[in-house]
Amino acid sequence: MADDTLLAARGLSLAFGRVQALAGVDADLWPGEVLAIVGESGSGKTTLLDVLSGRLRPDAGVAWYRDPDGALHDVHAMPQPKLRALHRSDWGFVRQNPRDALRLGVTAGGNVGERLMAQGNRHYGGIRDVAENWLHRVEIDTARMDDLPRTFSGGMLQRLQIARTLVTHPRLVFMDEPIGGLDVSVQARLLDLIRTLVAQLGIAVVLVTHDLSVARLLAHRIMVMQRGRVVESGLTDQVLDDPHHPYTQLLVSSVLQA
Amino acid sequence: MLRVAAVAKTFVLHLQGGVPIPVLEDVSFSVAAGECLALSGPSGAGKSTLLRMLYGNYRADSGHIRVWHDGDWLDIAAADPRAVLAARARTLGYVSQFLRVVPRVAALDIVAEAGGGDRDAAAKLLHRLNIPPRLHGLPPATFSGGEQQRVNLARGFIARRPVLLLDEPTASLDAENRDIVIGMIHEAKARGAAIVGIFHDAAVRDAVATRLYPVTPLQDAYDRDHSDQCHAGAAA
Ligand SMILES: Nc1ncnc2c1ncn2[C@@H]1O[C@H](COP(=O)(O)OP(=O)(O)OP(=O)(O)O)[C@@H](O)[C@H]1O
Ligand SMILES: Nc1ncnc2c1ncn2[C@@H]1O[C@H](COP(=O)(O)OP(=O)(O)OP(=O)(O)O)[C@@H](O)[C@H]1O
Ligand SMILES: [Mg+2]
Ligand SMILES: [Mg+2]
Repeated sequence: MADDTLLAARGLSLAFGRVQALAGVDADLWPGEVLAIVGESGSGKTTLLDVLSGRLRPDAGVAWYRDPDGALHDVHAMPQPKLRALHRSDWGFVRQNPRDALRLGVTAGGNVGERLMAQGNRHYGGIRDVAENWLHRVEIDTARMDDLPRTFSGGMLQRLQIARTLVTHPRLVFMDEPIGGLDVSVQARLLDLIRTLVAQLGIAVVLVTHDLSVARLLAHRIMVMQRGRVVESGLTDQVLDDPHHPYTQLLVSSVLQA
Repeated sequence: MLRVAAVAKTFVLHLQGGVPIPVLEDVSFSVAAGECLALSGPSGAGKSTLLRMLYGNYRADSGHIRVWHDGDWLDIAAADPRAVLAARARTLGYVSQFLRVVPRVAALDIVAEAGGGDRDAAAKLLHRLNIPPRLHGLPPATFSGGEQQRVNLARGFIARRPVLLLDEPTASLDAENRDIVIGMIHEAKARGAAIVGIFHDAAVRDAVATRLYPVTPLQDAYDRDHSDQCHAGAAA
């Protein structure tokens, strides 16, 4: 891998029984870069995210992560405690369903502050201020700080998950359909928020989406997956405006305007 | 600033049984600083396709598109995605025929973002293009076609890129705004920008172009050759 790559994968394969969810996938990600993974349902996008982030172990292939000191780590050879520490600090994960990531019995402010504390921050007053600032940044009324997430709308829950994830300033965030399942009007607002925060903080993102317009707006580069393989990849606007692979042409032609 | 050598492009439409559509063949030209090259040719000849290739938006099948970028020649036709993005960030400016709006982002912010965050300069340029201040804070989604195009022009011109690619920049403008854009193109040439443009309006073309590059339709030639063959039997 190149000297400055943040994450690199070579030959990732994984089968679930007879389903080949991943077949020889290569990927590279540079600091501050947003990489979109698109493809039809069942093409292996979530599986790729889970393998890249060490949640699943591949049958073959390797994924490397470069830490802030420049040292390389084989994601699947790391001891569990070290991987968990990475997920609490350098990495973040935004799930499609915020209920899978948030703690529903803890207040909104607590959900954000918890990530900071997990990182070893013990200054409670400071944590509360930071949490409040982050709720403000994701456009949640700070008067709702002490409310439980169960009283929040779907769009608010997703914004809360984003605040919880970004509060520790991760260098790399994995996002799985972050605006899926939301109202179109709520989607635009969330999309703009993600776009702004990612650019401001210079975070690298691996973004799974089936929505090509989301990929166009957020991603520098795109990978198109079909049946566990990457069939086409490159500059986002190039792949979407001048698709070469038959499957990419089909994807692009199936939407009105991306 | 820009050297195009033996560039070719064929679209292959896989959803239509893989028909090849040859559009460009052996395109070669150079553009120096301060020059404005106008691409001419009938509708469908491939002018926009060529311009998009210069920007790295469409891929070239063969040939080289060399741009003077950061003190060296960069071949856009062979560069990796990150190098193309770097060239767009510092060297290449592109004004498309239509603005692609980003939801919720105000006109002023769209322009300022392209101009390295300089909101005063963005407001000035919008003002010069007759976009009234009351529109600056609104996302252009609801703007008229001509207003959107002027936001697009402001975005393309604010950063003073060394290479400017203009696809019918005055198509949806009235005479007054058209003259303002002609003035901006003159100023860009005077500061040494190399410009490649498509100008349907002959008056605009005559006012700004230093040279013409004719783009000839390959598809017509292809169809003619094939229909000649078809009709050959009947004629005999
Ligand atoms: N834990 C599992 N056990 C068995 N099969 C699985 C498992 N996880 C995924 N698969 C299968 O692997 C394939 C890829 O699944 P994956 O979830 O990666 O798809 P996806 O591209 O994320 O689809 P979607 O867009 O619907 O979320 C599918 O055929 C799926 O049924
Ligand atoms: N993304 C694409 N996929 C397939 N074919 C394309 C694509 N873009 C352009 N073409 C085809 O390439 C040919 C040239 O189109 P282009 O838009 O470059 O013409 P033009 O010279 O700019 O015409 P006009 O003056 O009408 O704007 C046309 O046949 C068009 O259908
Ligand atoms: Mg999935
Ligand atoms: Mg055109």
